[in-house]
Amino acid sequence: MNEMPVVDAEAGTLLPKISAKKVQVFYGETHAIKDVDLNIADRTVTAFIGPSGCGKSTFLRCLNRMNDTIDICRVEGDIRIDGEDIYDPKVDPVQLRAKVGMVFQKPNPFPKSIYDNIAYGPRIHGLSRSKADLDEIVANSLQKAGLYEEVKDRLDEPGTGLSGGQQQRLCIARAIAVSPEVILMDEPCSALDPIATAKIEELIDELRENYTIVIVTHSMQQAARVSQRTAFFHLGNLVEEGETKEIFTNPTDRRTQDYITGRFG
Amino acid sequence: MSLPILVFVLLALSVAGYVLGRGRAMASAGGDARKLHSLPNYYGWFGFLVALLPAALMLLLWLPAQSVVIDTQVSAMISDRSAAESSRGLVMSDVERVAEGLDLAVDAGVLTEEQAASIRTEFTDVRERLGEVGVALGSDVTSETLQAAQRYRALSSTGDLLRTLAVVAAALAGLAFVYRRAASTFRARNAVEAVVRWILILAASIAILTTVGIILSLIFNTVEFFSLYPAWDFFFGLTWSPSFGGGSELGILPLLWATLYISFIALAVSVPIGLFAAIYLSEYAGPAVRAVAKPLLEVLAGIPTIVYGLFALLTVGPLLVDIFGDGGVLGVGWMGGGTAVMTAGLVMGIMLIPFVSSLSDDIINAVPQAMRDGSLGLGATHSETVKQVILPAALPGIVGAILLAGSRAIGETMIVVLGAGAAARLSLNPFEAMTTVTAKIVSQLTGDADFASPEALVAFALGMTLFVITLGLNVIALYIVRKYREQYE
Repeated sequence: MNEMPVVDAEAGTLLPKISAKKVQVFYGETHAIKDVDLNIADRTVTAFIGPSGCGKSTFLRCLNRMNDTIDICRVEGDIRIDGEDIYDPKVDPVQLRAKVGMVFQKPNPFPKSIYDNIAYGPRIHGLSRSKADLDEIVANSLQKAGLYEEVKDRLDEPGTGLSGGQQQRLCIARAIAVSPEVILMDEPCSALDPIATAKIEELIDELRENYTIVIVTHSMQQAARVSQRTAFFHLGNLVEEGETKEIFTNPTDRRTQDYITGRFG
Repeated sequence: MSLPILVFVLLALSVAGYVLGRGRAMASAGGDARKLHSLPNYYGWFGFLVALLPAALMLLLWLPAQSVVIDTQVSAMISDRSAAESSRGLVMSDVERVAEGLDLAVDAGVLTEEQAASIRTEFTDVRERLGEVGVALGSDVTSETLQAAQRYRALSSTGDLLRTLAVVAAALAGLAFVYRRAASTFRARNAVEAVVRWILILAASIAILTTVGIILSLIFNTVEFFSLYPAWDFFFGLTWSPSFGGGSELGILPLLWATLYISFIALAVSVPIGLFAAIYLSEYAGPAVRAVAKPLLEVLAGIPTIVYGLFALLTVGPLLVDIFGDGGVLGVGWMGGGTAVMTAGLVMGIMLIPFVSSLSDDIINAVPQAMRDGSLGLGATHSETVKQVILPAALPGIVGAILLAGSRAIGETMIVVLGAGAAARLSLNPFEAMTTVTAKIVSQLTGDADFASPEALVAFALGMTLFVITLGLNVIALYIVRKYREQYE
C-alpha cells in the first residue's frame, strides 16, 4: 500500500485518509444513513457520537464493508480510502478488512490460546515466513496493545480466560497483528469497568501515532478525552463534524448542543 | 359401581369442588375479588385438586391391592392336588375366565344373579351355558374351579362396593376441607402452585424410575443366563450358533464385531454428509433455501426405520450387487447377496444424516455472531472463519452429536434385520452378510421362546451388553462436551 499521504494533483492539498460522499444505507425498507459526507484525517482519532440508533455504528461498519455480511443491508454512495473506492467491484472486501481492522463492542476473543488469537490474522494473510517471525509479530502486537507484560508467561492459555479489559486489549492486539492502516472501534469500552476503560483510552492515544482510528462511543467524556475530531450523528444524518474541542464547546447546530448538554440521549 | 362410572362421579365431585372453593372464597370476601389473597380461579382450582387428588390416589392404590387380596383368598381355595396337575397360575386364570363368563352371562340375561352364585357343576353343564354367551372354555369346569370363581365374584363385588364408598368418602372429605379453608385469607395460589410442582416432580421421577425398572428387568434375566451359560464363553466366544436342541455356542464377539462394523460405516457416511449439510445450512444458505431445505432434511428423520430396511433390502442391496457382485460393473465378485454389512451401513448412514446435521446445525448456530464478526473483521474469508473459528468453537458439541449418532447406530434394529443378513460371522469383508446384536435379540425372542433356556435368555445378556456400551458412549460424549466447555467459556 501507498505509505505516502495521497495528494490531490489538482488542488494540491492533502487528501483525507477516508472520504465518504453521499453515503446512504438501507436495512430492508429502513433508511438508516441519509446522505452522509465525511472526511476522516490520517493518524487522528475521530469519534462518532450520537443517541442510540442514530446510525453511527452502521456508518462505521460501512468503512470496512462489514455491512456486506448482513443480507438485507444495502450501501449506496462513494467511500474512498487513500483515494480508492472501496465499493468498487475490483476491491475484495476480505483484503479491505485486513487494511481496515475492527474492534467490537463486546470483547470477542476466539476460543483459542492467546498466542493463536493474535497469530490468527497473520497466518491467514501469510504475513510470517517462519515460526520466529510469527513469534515476533505476536510479541510486537501484544506490546503495542499494552498487554505483553501481563500475558507473556501464559501465551498458550485460552484467550477467553482473561479479564474483560484484557480480552478487549487482546482483540486490539489481534487487529494490530495484521498491520492495518485504519482501526475501527465500535464502542470498545461499553462492556468494561472504569479502570479497564482508562487503559484502553490510553492505548488509543498511543496508537494514534501509527494508525487512523475511528471510534464510536456513547460516552461524551470519552469522545472528549480520546479524540481530536468528532462527528455527531442524529437519526441517520451527520449533523456536524469538526475539532472535538469546537464541537464540545461551541457547537453550531442546535441538536448537537442539546445532545452534549444532555437534553436528549 | 363400575370403574368408569366411579371415575366420572369423582370428576363431577371435583368440579363441584371447583365451584365450592370459588364460591366460598368469593362469599367470604363479600363478592369483591380484590379482597382475596389470590385470584378467584385459584380457589376454584384448589377446590378441584383437593377433591380429586386424595380420592384419585386412593383409587390408584386400591386397584392393585384389591386384586392381590382377592387372589390370595381365592387361590387358598384351590386344593394342592389340582394345583399340582397344572400350575397354580393356570388354575387361577381358569377361575378368572369362569368368573368373567358368569359376569357376561348375568349381563346377557342368561343367568340371574342368584343362579350365577348358586350354580353347581353337579346339576348344570357350566361350559355349555357359558358357551351360549360367547365365553369359550378350554376344558370342562370342575366343581372346585366353579366354586372358586363364585367366591371370586362375591369378593369382587364386595370389594367394588367398598372401593366406591372409600373413594367417594375421600372426595367428600376433600370437599369438606375446601369448605372450611376457602376463605379470603387462604393463600390458594401458593397451594395450587405447590401441587403443580409436585405433579412436575412426579412426571420427572416416573421417567427415571422407568429407566431403573428396565435396567432391573434386564439384570435379573442376565444373571439367570450367566448361571446357565459361562460368562467367559459369552464374552470371548468366537462362534455364534444357537440351537434350541442344546449344545449352543453363544459367543457375542461375531455379533459385536458386525454391530461396530456397520455402525462405523454408518458414521463414515453420515458424519461428513451431515456435518457439511449443517455447515451449508447454517453458514451459507440464504433464508429462503434454509426455510425449505431444513424441514426437508428433517423429513428423513421421520421415516420409520422399517422403511429404511425395505430400502436396503430392495434397492441398495441389489444395486451394490450390480456393482460389486459376480458379473457386476466392476467385475470383482466380492458380494454374494444383497444383504451385507455395506448395505446396512450405507442405509443406516442415510438415516443418521438428519440426526447429525440437525444437532450440528443447532450447535453451529449457537456460536456467537461476535466470533464471526471478529474473524471477518480481521480479513478472513467466510470459509476460513468456518474452518478456523466456528468449527473449533462448535467442536465439543459436534463430537457429542457424533457419539449420540453412534449410540443410535449401535442400537438400530430394523435396518440390520433386513439389510445385513442373518449369519453371524467374523470377517473383514464389508460385502459379506453378517448379523448384529440387535438382530439376534429379535431372532432369539421371536417364536415360541422357552424362557428357561440359555438360547432365549441370551437375548437379555445381549441387551444388557448393548445398554452398557451405549451408556458408556453417552457418558463419554457428556464428558467431552463438559471438558471443552470449561476450557472455552
